[in-house]
Amino acid sequence: MTSHLQPMTVEALAQAVRDHARVLPIGNRTKPALTRVSSDVALIETTALTGIVEYEPAEYTFTALAGTRLSDVSSLLAAHGQVLPFDPTFRDAGATLGGTVAAGLSGSGRWRHGGVRDFVIGIRFVDGAGRVIRGGGKVVKNAAGFDFPKLFVGSMGRLGAIAELSLKVFPWPGPSVTVIAHMRDMAAALATLPRIARLPVVCDCIDLVPPANLLMRISGEESALATSVDRLRGALGGEAITLDVVRGAEEERIWEAAREFTWATDHLLVKVPTTLTRARVLETSLAMTRAVRRYAAAANVAWIAWPFDEDVAILDSVLTAANLSGVVLRGDEPRARLGVDAANEFGARVRRAIDPTGRFDV
Amino acid sequence: MANDAVNRDRALAEIARRVPAQRVLTSPAALSAYASDALTAFRTVPEAVIVVESTDEVTRVVRTCAEHGVPFVARGSGTSLSGGSLPVAGGIVIALNRMNRILRIDAEERVAVCEPGVINADISRAAAAHGLYYAPDPSSQPVCTIGGNVAFNSGGAHCLKYGMTSNHVLGLTVVLPDGAVARLGGESLDGVGPDLTGFFVGSEGLFGIAVEVVVRLLPRPESVRTVLAAYDSLAAAGDAVARVVASGLLPAAMEIMDALAIEAAEAAAHPGYPAGASAVLIVELDGEAGHVDAEFRRLLALLGDSGARSVRPAADEAERARIWKGRKSAFSAVGRLSPDYIVQDGVVPRSRLGAALAEIDLLSQAYGIRVANVFHAGDGNLHPLILYDGREGGALERAERLAGEILELCIRMGGSVTGEHGVGVEKLAYLPRMFSSDDMSLMRAVRDAVDPAGLANPGKMLSPT
Repeated sequence: MTSHLQPMTVEALAQAVRDHARVLPIGNRTKPALTRVSSDVALIETTALTGIVEYEPAEYTFTALAGTRLSDVSSLLAAHGQVLPFDPTFRDAGATLGGTVAAGLSGSGRWRHGGVRDFVIGIRFVDGAGRVIRGGGKVVKNAAGFDFPKLFVGSMGRLGAIAELSLKVFPWPGPSVTVIAHMRDMAAALATLPRIARLPVVCDCIDLVPPANLLMRISGEESALATSVDRLRGALGGEAITLDVVRGAEEERIWEAAREFTWATDHLLVKVPTTLTRARVLETSLAMTRAVRRYAAAANVAWIAWPFDEDVAILDSVLTAANLSGVVLRGDEPRARLGVDAANEFGARVRRAIDPTGRFDV
Repeated sequence: MANDAVNRDRALAEIARRVPAQRVLTSPAALSAYASDALTAFRTVPEAVIVVESTDEVTRVVRTCAEHGVPFVARGSGTSLSGGSLPVAGGIVIALNRMNRILRIDAEERVAVCEPGVINADISRAAAAHGLYYAPDPSSQPVCTIGGNVAFNSGGAHCLKYGMTSNHVLGLTVVLPDGAVARLGGESLDGVGPDLTGFFVGSEGLFGIAVEVVVRLLPRPESVRTVLAAYDSLAAAGDAVARVVASGLLPAAMEIMDALAIEAAEAAAHPGYPAGASAVLIVELDGEAGHVDAEFRRLLALLGDSGARSVRPAADEAERARIWKGRKSAFSAVGRLSPDYIVQDGVVPRSRLGAALAEIDLLSQAYGIRVANVFHAGDGNLHPLILYDGREGGALERAERLAGEILELCIRMGGSVTGEHGVGVEKLAYLPRMFSSDDMSLMRAVRDAVDPAGLANPGKMLSPT
């Protein structure tokens, strides 16, 4: 029988860790494939550890408990004209701040100003000994001590239990507009991407979605948006078959779908960090499958929706052949990791220090 | 001790078999040049300096040190202001300056792959042909190396918008303290698993030596607009910063210099700062031209209403360069005012800048020591320059006491003891004031797990217990 605890305080979270030999911290389980463990593992849910502890808009920072929902964070920031520019994923589905950092997920907006790793500045977490440890700080610039806040990005709950986080925020960048270029095919779109990525036009997001649409989001001064759009139009020139410019609610919906992965329901959802060069290789292989592919941040991330009735081993071997690693976020798949294993000696040593008895190694 | 000497001699004999003699420095004159970094108040002469030229040599030297229990310190250009590359008594220095090749620039992927001895500014110089640049710009960028930037998570003047070194390093190949080699991260902006690259950056050499660094490059902003505003008080300049922040603009940089710093910069670099001002504020916006033009108009209007005695936008690139030359030369310029100085690097929440500066002024008066202030106002990173004359008995100690009080002040205000220079040897006593004994003990446990023998840059960041 699985124990399922819901501590109400940070001290109770630490106690719950101390009380169990094998534990996994969980949030709202919006990425259920990351929380699938055997029944002897105690699940420690952070959803009662909520609340924004500190927020000074003038500091461009806030501190919140790990179970705080992203939607609550975003509403509060919006009321003060600020945003988390990396478009945190699964916001409307109920994702928590702690889960977002632990899963290491950034949305399409990470292109312009960086991903979740670039905005986390401070952390409190429970280590394998059950102690509450603080790392980083609450100021935007800090070089004191080892960077535990960054280490926990992508830790998947397998290194310690995040109790509280401090993040940097930015002012709202202004009204936005999205240019959609319908390209001949995915390969042609991937060939065009690097040129778009080096234009002086500053895009918030550069995504590539099926069938072969390049989505370029621009935001800033209202008076200057039209010029930016014209420049993108000019740069794409004859390469795009047609070109649409979308604003307002329709534009919001495009990025909401990206953020919430509504395009990937009833599929296994896999994140694959990549590069342009490797994305081309990946795309060539995947074009022969029924996988739905979305490339974000100028093809620095591939989001793959894999049909439930297709053998996952195929995807695994495609990723391995392209020297890529993938993380399964949703879907009934026993393996959370696909492709090559990037584990290394440095990581192993760090893990031994933080969690010597392997409490979180589940 | 005698045993240590025997081990060291054995290690050096072995290194001498693997590295050409002209790159194993042992003469007192040669060693003396490596005894200090930019924190000149500290000096330790190393036993030897090994000038390495390849990853293979780094690995061999580190392995030999590990086998014989000899401590080592990696060093680039030696510009650390916290004593980060100060040699360890009885140890060797591994000099990385000759590993200065940019191995690859991939304009399509917007990355550069560098050896650790590549000079920061050379990355942008090489990337310029592709319309790209490397964003982090510490003041020492004409000489400091990317390896040192990685070890100390260097910052610069543009951190508010662009972040620090760690935000621009995507992957690392590192030689761990026992000679094992690990590859962290890669060339993608995204990753899988704990962010080990981010954890290695800023570890002050305690986790080993980065021998290959993948940095991300950004397109050079199409437009950069810079304005210099002069004020009759530091407080008024600070208030102007608060107004800019509240306006929703996201400047690339916001810098303040006080009267003493202005005077020094003017004498050294002639940047043409307004005479008699108590403070100057530099604000810079960058991005796509149309957007920057509109934002700059808003900025100028806002500064015009901020009680400035003058607001002078840079008319051209030459004027912009002059403004920055004054700012970036401030540290060395202050050196003309005084035989010696300590640069502090504390951080306070931006809204406490005014209060912090007022307290620093009181401390300066109480100690009878002149303090020049240059700081990154956008991110609350103070750089008080504490002037003293090392030839006067007890002057250094008094200057250090004053510096310590400033650090205590930063901790009290909820900030940090270092924004970008690192702890090094200089702030060893202050890290435990910022963190609890549990926090410190886990940091030590991580260090012990990565480097059980404690050979990689010992005595930095974590004080001996």
